[in-house]
Amino acid sequence: MSKLGDLGARLYRGEVGYDFVGKRFLWYGVSILITITAIVALAVQGLNMGIEFKGGAVFTTPKTAVSVADVTEDAKKASGHEAIVQELGTGGMRIQISGLNTDDAAGVKKQLATDLKVDANQINADLVGPSWGEQIANKAWTGLGIFMVLVVLYLAIAFEWRMAVAALVALIHDLTITVGVYALVGFEVTPGTVIGLLTILGYSLYDTVVVFDGLKEGSKDITKQTRYTFSEIANRSINGTLVRSINTTVVALLPVGALLFIGGGFLGAGMLNDISLSLFVGLAAGAYSSIFIATPLVVDLKEREPAMKALRKRVLAKRAAAAAKGESQDDAQEAQDTPQVVAQGQGQGRRRR
Amino acid sequence: MAAPKKGRRPTGAQGRPGRALAIILIAMVALTAGMFLTKQTTPRLGIDLAGGTSITLKAKSEPGKPDAVNETNMNTAVGIIERRVNGLGVSEAEVQTQGRDHIIVNIPRGMNEQQAREQVGTTAQLYFRPVLAFADGAPVAPEGKPSPSTSGAPSPSASGSGAPKAENGKPGSSATPSSSATSQGRVLSEALKAPGAPSPSPSASESKKADDKAPTPVPTPSGADAAVANLQAKFAALDCNDEKQRATVGKDVKPEDPTLACGKRGNTWGKWVLGPAAVNGQDVDNAKGAINPQSAQWIVTMQFTDKGADKFAKITGELATKQSPQNQFAIVLDGEVISDPSVSQALTGGNAEISGGFTQQSAQDLGNMLSYGALPLSFQEDSVTTVTPALGSEQLQAGLIAGAIGLALVVIYLLVYYRGLAFIAIVSLLVSAVLTYTIMALLGKGIGFALNLPAVCGAIVAIGITADSFIVYFERIRDEIREGRTLRPAVERAWPRARRTILVSDFVSFLAAAVLFIVTVGKVQGFAFTLGLTTLLDVVVVFLFTKPVMTLLARTKFFSSGHPWSGLDPKRLGAKPPLRRSRRTGGAATAAAVPAPVDAKEA
Repeated sequence: MSKLGDLGARLYRGEVGYDFVGKRFLWYGVSILITITAIVALAVQGLNMGIEFKGGAVFTTPKTAVSVADVTEDAKKASGHEAIVQELGTGGMRIQISGLNTDDAAGVKKQLATDLKVDANQINADLVGPSWGEQIANKAWTGLGIFMVLVVLYLAIAFEWRMAVAALVALIHDLTITVGVYALVGFEVTPGTVIGLLTILGYSLYDTVVVFDGLKEGSKDITKQTRYTFSEIANRSINGTLVRSINTTVVALLPVGALLFIGGGFLGAGMLNDISLSLFVGLAAGAYSSIFIATPLVVDLKEREPAMKALRKRVLAKRAAAAAKGESQDDAQEAQDTPQVVAQGQGQGRRRR
Repeated sequence: MAAPKKGRRPTGAQGRPGRALAIILIAMVALTAGMFLTKQTTPRLGIDLAGGTSITLKAKSEPGKPDAVNETNMNTAVGIIERRVNGLGVSEAEVQTQGRDHIIVNIPRGMNEQQAREQVGTTAQLYFRPVLAFADGAPVAPEGKPSPSTSGAPSPSASGSGAPKAENGKPGSSATPSSSATSQGRVLSEALKAPGAPSPSPSASESKKADDKAPTPVPTPSGADAAVANLQAKFAALDCNDEKQRATVGKDVKPEDPTLACGKRGNTWGKWVLGPAAVNGQDVDNAKGAINPQSAQWIVTMQFTDKGADKFAKITGELATKQSPQNQFAIVLDGEVISDPSVSQALTGGNAEISGGFTQQSAQDLGNMLSYGALPLSFQEDSVTTVTPALGSEQLQAGLIAGAIGLALVVIYLLVYYRGLAFIAIVSLLVSAVLTYTIMALLGKGIGFALNLPAVCGAIVAIGITADSFIVYFERIRDEIREGRTLRPAVERAWPRARRTILVSDFVSFLAAAVLFIVTVGKVQGFAFTLGLTTLLDVVVVFLFTKPVMTLLARTKFFSSGHPWSGLDPKRLGAKPPLRRSRRTGGAATAAAVPAPVDAKEA
């Protein structure tokens, strides 16, 4: 782990670093590929919508001796609808009956209790009207819309519109990937999933904002120097916050992973599992996108600016001049080293203001 | 910990770490004390953790009444549902609106779920029933109970208070005999048009276990002695002054069966034997409180539907021929008599008014109840969740275990990576946890906050967000040390920059939580609330605890000397001055790697 500390030091000094910005088209490609896969999966397979979105009932029974197949049969008979039965870690059964009317559910529950030889009072029932999930989803969409507008406004004011746009793209990217994973794997979509997705909003942006903050600071006096182009500054910023990004993502994923493990392993299914699963996927995507997508996008937008174009010209001219001075390979090496050392001073100077 | 007094040094942006620490300490102590004082030492648990039934109702907007779903009506509905549910004998049930058109009913465990659902969901439990007998609320001596026949029953106070006197007054003659402030009165006919569409059939009661054993289902109002007979004993024994008996009387009675009912007349309770329902709430097309222009008194005007008008004409025709109290009909709302006007003639034409002793409030209330049935709106069940206490505690346990594991993993990670610094992070996390817990516990009482499973998830996810603030700060400090600063200036210099990052990112997180909280309902709200709360607390903890502690610890030798286990060892961090050269010779290849490709590409 102290290796990471060393890495941090070297990253900070610019000794080691990954050229995120330079290789951005590779990562754009990767992301576009993933996104297309996600959309295709969504279109072809669709989402496995949970009972909450179709209406019906979910019964969770305590430990019972009856087998899954029998329970399925019993549930079908009792309700007249198709039933999906899972055995839970506790030995109980989770019986999903879609299309079951909320009014009929009480009778079904009683029948199930008799069939499974358990006390009716021990059976958990989750009855959902057909429009409930839709309403949750609608509200989620509304929330998503409002949030995006507010965040874009905020980022445009606190940073600049380019960063706002890039953050928004990264956000949509994260959501698409998460939804795509759900479509691909066929995880069930429940209100818990929606909660998880909505949290990703905040978290993904949170991550992006931290990276942007570093970028904003790094590029504050950018036009007053001729050593680096905006792309290079951006890349340095990403590398500078890389350790933080890694640490933060790890620290965020650990509890969510624990939730997923407990929710999935012990309870079998339910709210815990649903929230943490979508969170887990979304958080991972969010960490990826804030580094590989959001900042490079800002670079692309920013490099179109006349001021940045001019800067780029000046920087390149200066470098060309420096290169012309030194003929030999050694000298060239020297020349490349020099800016690096000075860059440290430069960095300090900026910070000292 | 170093003495806070030292903090008076003027240098540094934040020279008074002691004060900040004192504030947060006081806050923690105060919150904890408040928690114990209010005897609310644990957060209130939601239905999904404690067990119970949670019903989400959605108000249906009905055609023709587009504005019916509004705040006033929702609040009225909440009040009525609350009364019904708590009338079942559990007083901890909570009913609240959520969002614009949802009502959430949470009923703790130990309650008949089925019964509760019937109570909650039904719109109209309003009936017009003919009065067979009336008596004061208290039980009558066992032997000589009065038969429900004509005159005997009413005690002086009840019948004398003016209500049930029958007169066939035309609208002009407004001499109201009633002098009491009860909502009783007489019905005057107004032969106007009878508008309104035919209403759907009455919502017949679902339950079969009528608590009276009346075998003959259709007795006529007066002559059903056989059916009424067995109500006698019950009627005599019924004590309407007892809340419990009030709550159960007349429950689960079919509208076509005779029943008993309690009701308030003035300030005292009265009890009635009532005949089968003649008219139900849905037969009323419209009703409202209004001022009678002649008498300048508050009255309630009613318009019946076509079908209702016929029924009403029939029943009033029958009642008019009888003597008090059997010339009265009772308006029964949710099993409780809310008015028992008398009738002196058949009221045809579909319009009627009730007058006598109304205040503006009571007239409008009655009008409201009459026109909307019991509830001002009709509702549909969107979701009903029943959680057994067993599953509830299982889920809670799972959540707590997950939280503990998550926290342990975070602590281990921080320890390995940040060493000595990790303790600051861990203590900060603990402070944050204490604040979150106490506030949640207090909010349980304050605003009825209930910790549900999504809220637990939110709290666990918040571990990450909170820890991130420390990471941001620590990394900044380390950056400063790498530039060759000693710890003390590094801590102070790193702060303004870390502060901004923390504020900006927490703001975004809070924004997400706030939007979620406002827009969504139910479970999502619990999650959003926790997330928002913990985000706010994160800012508080970082400002008032982590930063001051960092300032103080920077003065200790362990940290300022950069002890290898402090997590701030300049050597380990690769601080610039002494180490740069040697490192470069060692790893020249890596060193050159970074800018080189960039340069090469661009040159």
